[in-house]
Amino acid sequence: MMFRTTQHLLQRVSSQLRTKTRVKSHQTLQKLDGGRFAPFCSLPVSKPEGHLTCTLIPGDGVGPELMHSVQDVFKAAGVPLDFEEYFLSEVHHHAVSTDLDVVAESIRKNGICLKGTLTIPDFSPTGELGSLTMALRRKLDLFANVVHVKSLAGVETRHRNIDFIIIREVTEGEYSSLEHESVKGVVESLKIVTRAKSLRIAKFAFDYAVKYGRKKVTAVHKANIMKLGDGLFLKCCQEVSEYYPRIQFDSLIIDNCTMQLVSNPHQFDVLVMPNLYGNIVDSLAAGLIGGPSVCSGATFSPDCVVFEPGTRHTFFEEVGRGMSNPTVMFLAATHMLAHVHLDYHAMIIQRAVEKVIKLGKVRTRDLGGYASTRDFTAAVINQLGR
Amino acid sequence: MYLFQLGKAPRNVRTSLPRRYCSDIPEGTRMVTLIPGDGIGPEISAAVQKIFKAANVPIMWESVDVTPVKLPDGTFGIPPSVIESVNKNKVGLKGPLMTPVGKGHRSLNLALRKEFSLYANVRPCRSIEGYQTLYDDVDVVTIRENTEGEYSGIEHEVVEGVVQSIKLITEGASRRVAEFAFKYAQENNRTMVGAVHKANIMRMSDGLFLQCCREVASRYPNIKFQEHYLDTVCLRMVQDPSQFDILVMPNLYGDILSDLCAGLIGGLGLTPSGNIGEKGALFESVHGTAPDIAGQDKANPTALLLSGVMMLRHMNLHEHANIIEKACFETIRERKCITGDLGGSAKCSEYTNEICQKIEANFSNKGSSRS
Repeated sequence: MMFRTTQHLLQRVSSQLRTKTRVKSHQTLQKLDGGRFAPFCSLPVSKPEGHLTCTLIPGDGVGPELMHSVQDVFKAAGVPLDFEEYFLSEVHHHAVSTDLDVVAESIRKNGICLKGTLTIPDFSPTGELGSLTMALRRKLDLFANVVHVKSLAGVETRHRNIDFIIIREVTEGEYSSLEHESVKGVVESLKIVTRAKSLRIAKFAFDYAVKYGRKKVTAVHKANIMKLGDGLFLKCCQEVSEYYPRIQFDSLIIDNCTMQLVSNPHQFDVLVMPNLYGNIVDSLAAGLIGGPSVCSGATFSPDCVVFEPGTRHTFFEEVGRGMSNPTVMFLAATHMLAHVHLDYHAMIIQRAVEKVIKLGKVRTRDLGGYASTRDFTAAVINQLGR
Repeated sequence: MYLFQLGKAPRNVRTSLPRRYCSDIPEGTRMVTLIPGDGIGPEISAAVQKIFKAANVPIMWESVDVTPVKLPDGTFGIPPSVIESVNKNKVGLKGPLMTPVGKGHRSLNLALRKEFSLYANVRPCRSIEGYQTLYDDVDVVTIRENTEGEYSGIEHEVVEGVVQSIKLITEGASRRVAEFAFKYAQENNRTMVGAVHKANIMRMSDGLFLQCCREVASRYPNIKFQEHYLDTVCLRMVQDPSQFDILVMPNLYGDILSDLCAGLIGGLGLTPSGNIGEKGALFESVHGTAPDIAGQDKANPTALLLSGVMMLRHMNLHEHANIIEKACFETIRERKCITGDLGGSAKCSEYTNEICQKIEANFSNKGSSRS
């Protein structure tokens, strides 16, 4: 009896879907979500009970424009998710920027956040040494930044088929904003490396490698010069690696790493590194696959995740011209949907984006075309149902 | 014999050299300290010496050994004779040195740098025709502050498991390297100098460095000054390296970016490097000692040779520098006689001979056209 009801329900759902997505049978439905769930479990995927809420921080520069595109696509795809939007900025309308506590509380409550890039100015309006981005990371303990660097078909680059993951510690190191001027003209900036945080990021990297079936973790450091600081980081990585005998571990000095990245990026699998090196390698890797607008990332804390562009470029020169490429936010958004198990929606959006880029008919300026953000978004929406 | 040749030959060359050059060198030759180095160092140093001889470069080598000796105060360090030699000659050429691990030695490279206060590291990276990489439009010079920054070596463990490393930025050192960068740009007919920094994160320290660069820039109105964030440079460098000209930066960023640029043109075996200091200048190849191929006549001397070319330019011997550089690039472009690391099968000596022949052919061509 139970079985019959399930079958019946399933038929109804798939007939509803047929008009929109040409799903032909429940086997196909199973294939769509990667076969991870039994047919019975796939029901809530297409007809979820409640709505999820996600905190949205549009960011500076072209961030708000890109977020509009994301919202349009979500609406067209019928994603059961509401946004809780907060304006947060260190450079624009500083007075009306939402209180950091409010934003942090919202992210903590929702567990997920979609965030554009915040500009970090050279001088803070309040005279603080730390930036707003760092303050948010500290408040929520967002410690692990993950950037999956993967070539997209249809983007012309020098290197092809790149696929590796960069994991970066983002709460300490050079970004500790502990600086002082001892005497005039002599400035000291402290780089802090702690054992606890180094162990934590190393464990995160190895766990990530296990979860996503990766084979090798490479620690990037400069321990030959900073013997104590980076030495500690390297030692922690080595210690953790002993608990993961199936995952290969090696280490690489940062300058050699950048040189290898431009000459042979295919040798890398998972890279783990302290803060500043992560910033360098993230940007470099984004450049290899076609720029910051095709490289998305996420920052994890023990209990919430912020999905954001992989490298922090705000494209100030493109603001209001409607010509920037929303791909990076689409990708970040699909990763977010996958994270909250809206796999079906994540998949159709991702496929649509990939297809538009691969077909190459609608290309934004950074990819060598003349299409506007709106054209590109429309093209993605057009691909959703196919 | 050697001296005799040097004394005789430059006459051909001298006729075409500017007057300034002649007055610079009254006796015609200058002494240069040579540190052959370890591993492949002696071979490639010999190759460079041979090529310089073929080009009739009016210099004399003073070869020294930097194997650490026990100093009067009981520590191990560079032999005093080396220090004397560089102090006297003011110019040196150095092969790769091995830093013994775990023997209580300080890195010799670091010691030399400190001894002669070599504050600026200059690394020109230019795409080499004949050795194809994915990037064919690189022409960047990285100038790196070499004495402080993240490599100040001041570190301590505050409590167990918490380490502080101090990045030290001083106004004097920042201004000195900025000054050097602009002067270098002017002397080498470059148009742009970009300061690479991370002042949005390290607001005081990198802020100070940036401030110094801005001040110096205001005194060079004919050279365009740009400010770049470190991450933006990395991003744009791999997308389109041709947009950069001269980049000046603190220690760590310079270390990373110079190696990145070397990667763009095919590795450290092709990039020259010079360390400019207050008391002298030391030119070196920055690749490793390659102990696995040492003594097998397989090594590629290009990096050391091009460093030597940089040294000649530093000594105002531009004509000789151009002749050697041209012969070297021509040999690589022809791809007939290149070493294994460039995809050829020639031995180090064959490659060297080919360059020497090109230089001699150049001389005889000039001679015949003149007569």
